[in-house]
Amino acid sequence: MWEDIKDWASDFFVTGDPLIYGADVGIVLASLSVLFVLTYFKKWGWFWREWVTTVDHKKIGIMYIIASLLMLFRGGVDALLMRTQLVMPEMEFLKPEHYNEIFTTHGVIMILFMAMPLMFGLFNISVPLQIGARDVAFPVLNSLSFWLFFMGAMLFNLSFVIGGSPNSGWLAYPPLSEKMFNPGVGQDFYIWGIQISGIGSLMTGINFIVTILKMRAPGMKLMKMPMFTWSVLGSCLTIILAFPVLTVTLALLFIDRFLGAHFFTLDGGGNPMMYINLIWMWGHPEVYIVVLPAFGIFSDVVSTFAKKKLFGYSSMVIAIMSISVVSFLTWAHHFFTMGSGASVNAFFAISTMVIAIPTGVKVFNWLFTMYKGRISFQAPMLWTMGFIPCFVVGGLTGVMLSVAPADFQFHNSYFLIAHFHQVLIGGVVFGYFAGFYYWWPKMFGFKLDEKLGRWAFWLWNIGFYVCFMPQYVVGLMGMTRRYSTYSWDTGWFGLNLVSTIGGFIMGIGFLVQVWQILYSIKKMDKDTTGDPWDGRTLEWSIQSPAPLYNFATDPVVKDVDDWWEEKQRIKAGGKPTPKPALQPIHMPKNSAMPIIKSTFWFLAGFGFVFDWMWLALPAMAGVAITMLFYSFRYDTDYYIPVDEIRKTEAAAGRAV
Amino acid sequence: MKSRGWRRFVAALPLLAIALLMSGCSTDMGVLEPKGIVAKEQFDLIMITIVLSIIITVPVLSMAFYFAWKYRASNKDNVEYKPNWSHSTKIESWMWGVPILIIVVLGVITVIYSFKLEPSKALAAEAKDGVKPVTIEVTSLDWKWLFTYPEEGIATVNYVRFPEDVPVEFKLTSDAPMNSFWIPQLGGQIYTMSGMAMELNLMASEVGQYQGRGANFSGEHFGKMEFTAEATSQADFDSWVADIKQSSPALTEQGYDELAEPGVVETNDTYSSFPDGLFDRIVSKYGSSHNHSAAAEGESSSEETSSEGGTNK
Repeated sequence: MWEDIKDWASDFFVTGDPLIYGADVGIVLASLSVLFVLTYFKKWGWFWREWVTTVDHKKIGIMYIIASLLMLFRGGVDALLMRTQLVMPEMEFLKPEHYNEIFTTHGVIMILFMAMPLMFGLFNISVPLQIGARDVAFPVLNSLSFWLFFMGAMLFNLSFVIGGSPNSGWLAYPPLSEKMFNPGVGQDFYIWGIQISGIGSLMTGINFIVTILKMRAPGMKLMKMPMFTWSVLGSCLTIILAFPVLTVTLALLFIDRFLGAHFFTLDGGGNPMMYINLIWMWGHPEVYIVVLPAFGIFSDVVSTFAKKKLFGYSSMVIAIMSISVVSFLTWAHHFFTMGSGASVNAFFAISTMVIAIPTGVKVFNWLFTMYKGRISFQAPMLWTMGFIPCFVVGGLTGVMLSVAPADFQFHNSYFLIAHFHQVLIGGVVFGYFAGFYYWWPKMFGFKLDEKLGRWAFWLWNIGFYVCFMPQYVVGLMGMTRRYSTYSWDTGWFGLNLVSTIGGFIMGIGFLVQVWQILYSIKKMDKDTTGDPWDGRTLEWSIQSPAPLYNFATDPVVKDVDDWWEEKQRIKAGGKPTPKPALQPIHMPKNSAMPIIKSTFWFLAGFGFVFDWMWLALPAMAGVAITMLFYSFRYDTDYYIPVDEIRKTEAAAGRAV
Repeated sequence: MKSRGWRRFVAALPLLAIALLMSGCSTDMGVLEPKGIVAKEQFDLIMITIVLSIIITVPVLSMAFYFAWKYRASNKDNVEYKPNWSHSTKIESWMWGVPILIIVVLGVITVIYSFKLEPSKALAAEAKDGVKPVTIEVTSLDWKWLFTYPEEGIATVNYVRFPEDVPVEFKLTSDAPMNSFWIPQLGGQIYTMSGMAMELNLMASEVGQYQGRGANFSGEHFGKMEFTAEATSQADFDSWVADIKQSSPALTEQGYDELAEPGVVETNDTYSSFPDGLFDRIVSKYGSSHNHSAAAEGESSSEETSSEGGTNK
């Protein structure tokens, strides 16, 4: 009996690696300390009411951001483990099987569980505020999206300690990811982790499209929206067209693995290349899904910190929307080497290059916004200035990669790795950091320390170039991605050593950011104005942090950058636009449905991973019952009385 | 801004590293040091792309730093400030026009080169008159490369040799998860996929040893999928073939099955012969869809049992 349990446990838990035992201890200690703190300070009720069941977009946004920073930490540790393994030839720090797991989880976590939630966090924080809305269109759905993402991410991360991590690359190309070559449960953790959070992403896409189209303040025509809101619209339209492709593709892969079908298998008429086509039909638009909002952030930041109207507003809108359309026509550039022939390759090469045009236009827009402005270089602008050169060089190498006949020499080499890290770190991460620093005072009501922020910025920037510039060269020398080790006679040692040093410099940059947040919490430099950057858009017209109902009265919009224009009018001696009388505000009630339903999804996913139908089927029934039960709940809203609004506004020092 | 010194320092680091590396003259610079006709064309194309891209990136970068410097809020010179200036038809036509123009030029070049450098295109026209191309069949296995020479009748593992200045027609397939066949100094790569025979034509213009790699991740010991490609004179090649014919063992059916088992091979084995039509059998084994041949059925049923066995972990 005891032996049986021991056997089962050694199979079930990942064993035999001191790194993982260390992580086990860490996870248990961290969970216990969270439980202890909540119990000791009697915070369970608060935690449940204020966070777990909340439907407030601002709190959901904060939860997204916290989760994504944790994931950034995990993905970053993965990256540093890889760089340590590659620091010199013939390293034996990680076994090949571990190396394969680590690059797989690094990719999945960074794109799906770091970039996506950080992006959704910023959507949640600022879109309703920018368009003068009280919440998103479907607040409970919004909470469900978050909890599905969270449970998906937890399920995926669980594979680290239970069952074993996936190891066939971040896009899990078959036939390698099929049962024939990959019989373990890691690949199923991958499928279910992504599927569950993917449903959440799709719903967020729908939610924000409806929010932007239907809930803008009176007077805010589409062409008067802040540029970030435009980019969110572009990104969400791309999400709702691309994510179903991902869901179907992974479902087919699961059917292959679970029921022995032959969609993508080597034998039985399966076609692995079909999977590769399908996954990139999602995967390429996905890149633009995450980068478009970063472009939006830069646009808002540049015009705010240059104190100048955004140059070429309509050019910018056209550029954003055309990128989200053309992004669907480029997927085959990820496998020019498949041998599809010169005509197919030429088509996809050109469609890829075409994207460089609107992207280049955007850069010009930002530059001419700076031109004849009055630029101050606080944290958000600093990250924007770090972004521009980084992204321009990344764009240059992107154009090089798009030239199909030359791509035969770049494909799957470190040249490619350097390129996409340059656009994803230089574009997406720097962009989200800019947004994070920009909206931080609005989220929490105090400012982050500028000096530490500068340290973090320079460490990240220098670290980035030191890490990735050598990778371009080592890629051209013939180093291909995913090699777990290389020999001395390759001549790649020096460049890899430099690259690893750069990776660790970025790691220190991250630690400085953590320190910056802790230090700033202690210092508590309050933002009493609600408008710390002399902003232009509606979110800066209210107090920081924004009250539960966002706007005491509905703002009426006349111009692009309405809040800036209002301030100019007042400066010129005009009167503030009169506000209507207060009225009770209609708000959504908290709901426990999202966390319950997501927990059922988590259990179902876990059941499917281990083929435990006794768990999976009841849990799926649980999902259905929660959904049904919630459909019959009519007590979903309430009104905030005028007195309470008046009290809140007065406490923030605002006349109403 | 104090950033400039830093930027220079950062930019200098990789250059320094390259200089260090280049000092050992044996270092293989891969794509940057082409030794084959295809790689040379690709190198030229890469250079054309860089030049075209620089036309736009250098002005953009200079503008970025110049504007940031000149229009900084702390600038005491009385620089112009136009908070409401946000449109100029002239500037906007330029900023759409120039990228469009460059992309049109690059697009045309890409199309021309796509057809010119199509990997399946034979290189006979580029070779000297009367030179007969060599055909080499390549099979990617877990985790090694098998090369079979249908005309010479020999086979090698993780090592491939061919004469210089002779077109080489590689036919490629896989008896394992797909991989990619790449000899950077000779020319671009192509996927090796099961169930089909891909074609890649290369030609070495110099005698020498070139590093070859698997470029598409194929599982646990993917890192060991390196091979050596060696171009020699025709005479050396002929005597090498004759030598193998004489002294190496034969690759039997059973020998192939053992070789195809997942594992790493550290030595460069050679074989004096291999089973007739081995390559074609590997290709047709996974056949096209709905293949009801006996081989395909036997294969799929064995996979089913293995997948059932694997479900209950």
